[in-house]
Order: sequence, then structure tokens, then C-alpha cells
Amino acid sequence: MSSKIEELQTYLNTHLEGKFTSSVLALGELTLEIPARSWLDVCNFLRHDEQTQFEQLSDLCGVDYIAYGKAEWDTHASSTGFSRAVQAPSVDPFDFDQAKIKDEPSEAVAGKRFAVVVHLLSIKRNRRIRLRTFCEDNAYPVVPSVVRIWNSANWYEREAFDLFGIMFNHHPDLRRILTDYGFIGHPLRKDFPLAGQVEMRYDPLQKRVIYEPVSIVTQPGVPRVIRQDQPSIASQERDN
Amino acid sequence: MPEIRNFTLNFGPAHPAAHGVLRLVLEMDGEMIVRADPHIGLLHRGTEKLVESKPYNQSIGYMDRLDYVSMMCNEHGYVLAIEKLLGIEVPIRAQYIRTMFDEITRILNHLLWIAGHSLDVGAMTMFLYAFREREDLMDAYEAVSGARLHATYYRPGGVNRDLPDSMPQYEKTRWRDEAEVKRQNANRQGSLLDFLEDFTNRFPGKVDEYETLLTDNRIWKQRLVGVGVVSPERALQMGFTGPMLRGSGFAWDLRKKQPYAAYSQIDFDIPVGTNGDSYDRYLVRIEEMRQSNRIIKQCIDWLRHHQGPVRSDNHKVTPPKRADMKHDMEALIHHFKLMTEGYCLPEGEAYAAIEHPKGEFACYLISDGANKPYRLKIRAPGFAHLSGMNEMARGHMLSDVVAIIGSQDIVFGEVDR
Repeated sequence: MSSKIEELQTYLNTHLEGKFTSSVLALGELTLEIPARSWLDVCNFLRHDEQTQFEQLSDLCGVDYIAYGKAEWDTHASSTGFSRAVQAPSVDPFDFDQAKIKDEPSEAVAGKRFAVVVHLLSIKRNRRIRLRTFCEDNAYPVVPSVVRIWNSANWYEREAFDLFGIMFNHHPDLRRILTDYGFIGHPLRKDFPLAGQVEMRYDPLQKRVIYEPVSIVTQPGVPRVIRQDQPSIASQERDN
Repeated sequence: MPEIRNFTLNFGPAHPAAHGVLRLVLEMDGEMIVRADPHIGLLHRGTEKLVESKPYNQSIGYMDRLDYVSMMCNEHGYVLAIEKLLGIEVPIRAQYIRTMFDEITRILNHLLWIAGHSLDVGAMTMFLYAFREREDLMDAYEAVSGARLHATYYRPGGVNRDLPDSMPQYEKTRWRDEAEVKRQNANRQGSLLDFLEDFTNRFPGKVDEYETLLTDNRIWKQRLVGVGVVSPERALQMGFTGPMLRGSGFAWDLRKKQPYAAYSQIDFDIPVGTNGDSYDRYLVRIEEMRQSNRIIKQCIDWLRHHQGPVRSDNHKVTPPKRADMKHDMEALIHHFKLMTEGYCLPEGEAYAAIEHPKGEFACYLISDGANKPYRLKIRAPGFAHLSGMNEMARGHMLSDVVAIIGSQDIVFGEVDR
């Protein structure tokens, strides 16, 4: 299995030279990182080339890299000891009129924030590959749509648009798919609060369902910790 | 001259044949479908968002609730992704237990599918038959995990505990007398494996019963043959997997092609259809139940003769034994760290796919080295299948839409996530 993947890697290195920025082979999975401008070229090649023939798009998803590698709790031992617990983030109440403006990313991010990740499967060759492309613009992320190459991308791209706000150029029908009709915001972005921004209830006075800013406060449960001092479990396993 | 135009029909979300909460907006030309636009998301619970806020082990329960009729298979996809990133070994006995419960789950799923599908098409009896057998399998779930549906039984590094030596018994009540209880408990005297063996001996006969009712039934064939035909090329294009792909003629099964758990040790066949219509998919799933039965038999046989651990002894990931914690400081610390903070996964990403009863279920996990997933994308087979609804339903009658939904085996827990 792994040698087949290595073959594929060398094949792509020669035939797609300059069209991707990196190709990484880890855990038996090949990942290509592709700049947005050659995204469609590479996809077309992988779909139609005799040696690759990735006939099926298994999965397409968005990723928001804004908080990558950020922990909530510092575990480095120091002379003063560990920091304690986690502060609840202060959240401004949701403002319906300002909603559209607040939808824009609040802080300037170093580097590219949004990525689209695609998993392809070749049934004929029994191989998988992962492609990733980063969106150039953090405020208005756009990626060319691959619906014409793989029709199954249609709903996956709608989902990525709905949850992350990533736009897909030339998508035939880019609508929200999972969230409510008239939903504001993109819930899987890292700056979207876990409890959401609005809650819904029936108002007996107005005799209709109304939306209000959420009243509950999310308490941090288990803090997010990144441990460098912990010996890797995998390497420990190997020593045993 | 009156103006003739298409009209729009709203199907669901509370229609009994909508299998949950599907809302279909159908554009009709008379009785014929011109365009079907499924509106999904009415059962969206934000699983992928919730998972990001919890340590890895606390999210196994969410996986049960994705496709809520094939619970353990969902868990399997999730724990496989974690194990892949951690690089830990799963004991062989746990592999076999997982294989066995995956197949039990497959039968559970297909039984519910045939019950719902035939009820939609008009065969009431099948529903009662299928639920009779489901009861036994859910008892197996209960024996092993304490829960009939949402088991949370698979854990990274193995399964939660070994198979029990005894089965839960029925008890006498005001409505159930001694003789009745004795009859009900007759096959529950031995271990779980004895109970399952008894089931596997009975089950092929039950499948024959279903087939007697349906396979050559004139009404059943009139409703299914030639309905929702998917050509092999289109099936690939639309991302179909599992029985939807095999019904169109591809012998593609991850259990064979990219084996996981103990499937490489086990002998079974992949049923394949030829016409790609609803009837072929029905035949494929019926045969899959028989094959699953075969796999369970082989697993029972293996498990009877091979004892051993069912959980990895790497206590960074799996909790130590309760008895060890009483005298071993190290074990106590491990337990405390595991139950409070959880474990950190090494930085990286993994895509773990399994052959779920409905198709390819996969978890794409990105870790930045923290004790919680950075991103977990759940690739649900039903999502891709439902996106093909428009193409499958176009040109068919309104009543065929119900047959197509049934034949796609849609469950909204996984489509909406």
C-alpha cells in the first residue's frame, strides 16, 4: 500500500512540477498543497490522467486555521508554577443591526486563514489522495469550484460555504445548506461562539417565534492544552 | 388557452415517508418530477463544532448519534482516526470484537432499512418481522455496553470491556407468567457468544422469510424495478458508496479493498448488482445481511478460542485497571489525567474510512497537538446519496420519490450532523 503511494508521489512530482507547493507523505496518506491558481489544473489532471484516475471525490471540507496551535492553558513549568484555570471569554451581546459587519474577521491574521481540503479516491487504482488549497484573501475567501470535475462536490461546497463562508467560483447553486433559513454568520469559524449568537422562542404576546441574543454563558469545561513535554505516545509505543 | 405551468409541492419535513426530517421541494409537471430540491439541516446539531470543544474520549458518544441506526460503526470510524494519529496497536481480540459488532450493526441497520423501505412502499408485515430480529441484536448491544442504542463501546486502543459471560434475563411481571419467561430466557442461559450463535443459526431462515414476502412479490417489483436507475459512471461522479455503488455494478467494499480491524482474516463475499435500480440495491442489501451473518459466525468461533486483552495497555490513552489504582501511584495519576484533561494527539492529520452499512463513513481529523480535535470532518455516506436525489428522481412519478428515498437508506442524523 505505502509503496503504491510513494510511486504516486514520484509520478506527481514529475508530471505536476511547479503546480503544487508541497507534497507530504505522512501516515500512509499523501497530501498535496496547491495554490489557488493551479487548483483546477491539478484537479483535472488527477481526475483524467491514465495513471491517477481519481474518479471519485469522497469528501470536501473547509478548515479555519486562525486558532491553530493556540492553547488556553500554559503548561510550561516556571518558578511561579502553573497558571490556574481558564477565564471565560468576554462576549459582546449579539447585535442584529451590526451582524453583517461583525461577520468580517475581527483581528488581522498573519498568514492565510481558510483552506479547502479535498479527499479523492481512485477505485480503479485503490488509492487515496488529499489536496489542500489556501484562500488568498482572509476577508473574502474564494476558491474555484470543482463541481464540473466531480459532481458530488456540489453539496460539499455548499456546506463549506455555509459553515465557513468560503466562496466557490462558478458553483451552480451556492446556497446555505445545513443552517436555518435566514441564519447569520458561519458557525464553524473559530471566532463563532459555541453556544451560537441567537436563540429562538415562542413569544405569546406577539404570537410568533422570535429570535433574541443568547442568554446563556458558556463556561469553559476542560481547557485546551498543547503538551510538548509529553513524550509522544507513538514513540513510546515503539520503545515498548 | 389556459396557461400551463409546473407547480411546486412541499414534501415533508414531517411526512412519514421522509425518514425523519427531509424537506423536499418538488417541481412537478402533473404527476411527474421535474426537479427535486432537498432541504436538509433540520436535524443539524453542530456535532463537528461540539467535538472541537471536548477532549477526544468525550466525543465518542456524539458519534453514536450521527447515524443513529448504525451506532458502533460510527464509533469505529472515529476511534480509527484517533488510533491512526496516535500510532497505537489495538489488541487482536478487540479487533475481532469490533468486526463482530460492526456486522451486528450492519444487520441492525439493514433490518431497519428494509422495515422502513417496505412500509413506505406498502408492506406492513416486514416492519414487524424486522423489529423482531432487531430486538435480539439490541440485547447484544445491551449485554456488552448497558445501552440498547447509543453504546459508546469502542474506545481508542480497543473496546470498553470484554464480552460478558451471561446475558440479561427477562423477569416475571404481572403480564408475563413463569412459562412465558422461561420460554423467552431459553437462549439466554449461556454467554453472549452462545446467544449470538443461536441468533446466527436462526437468522438465515428469517432472511428467507423476508425474501419470500418481497423478492418475487409483484407489487414490490412494480414499485422498485427500473426506479431510480444510476449508471456506474454517474454513481462514481455523484460520490455514491456502499450498497448504492455496488448496486450499480462496482465490487467496491472497503472491508476487502482497504481492510481494517480483522476483516483481512475473514472470508466473505461482496454482492454486486447489475442494473443500478432500487430493486438491485434491495437484493444487494439482503445478501449483505447473509454475508454479515457469515462474518459474525467466524468471529464467534475465533473469540471462543482466543482469550486476551481487549484494550491497549498504554495508559496514556486507556484507563488503568481499577484494582491497580488502589496501590499503584502511577496508575492513579494516569487515571486522573485521562479523566480530566484527556490525552494530546501528535500534530498531524488523518483520514480514516470504514465500510459503514450505508457506504463510506470517514473521519478526517486535524490535530494541532492539543487534547481536543482542531477540526473533525465527518464524511457521511448519506450526504452524498441525498445530493444525488435530484438526478435519481427526475422523470419519475411522485410515488416513486418515496421508493427512492427508501432505497437510498437515508438517516438524517448523519446527513445533518
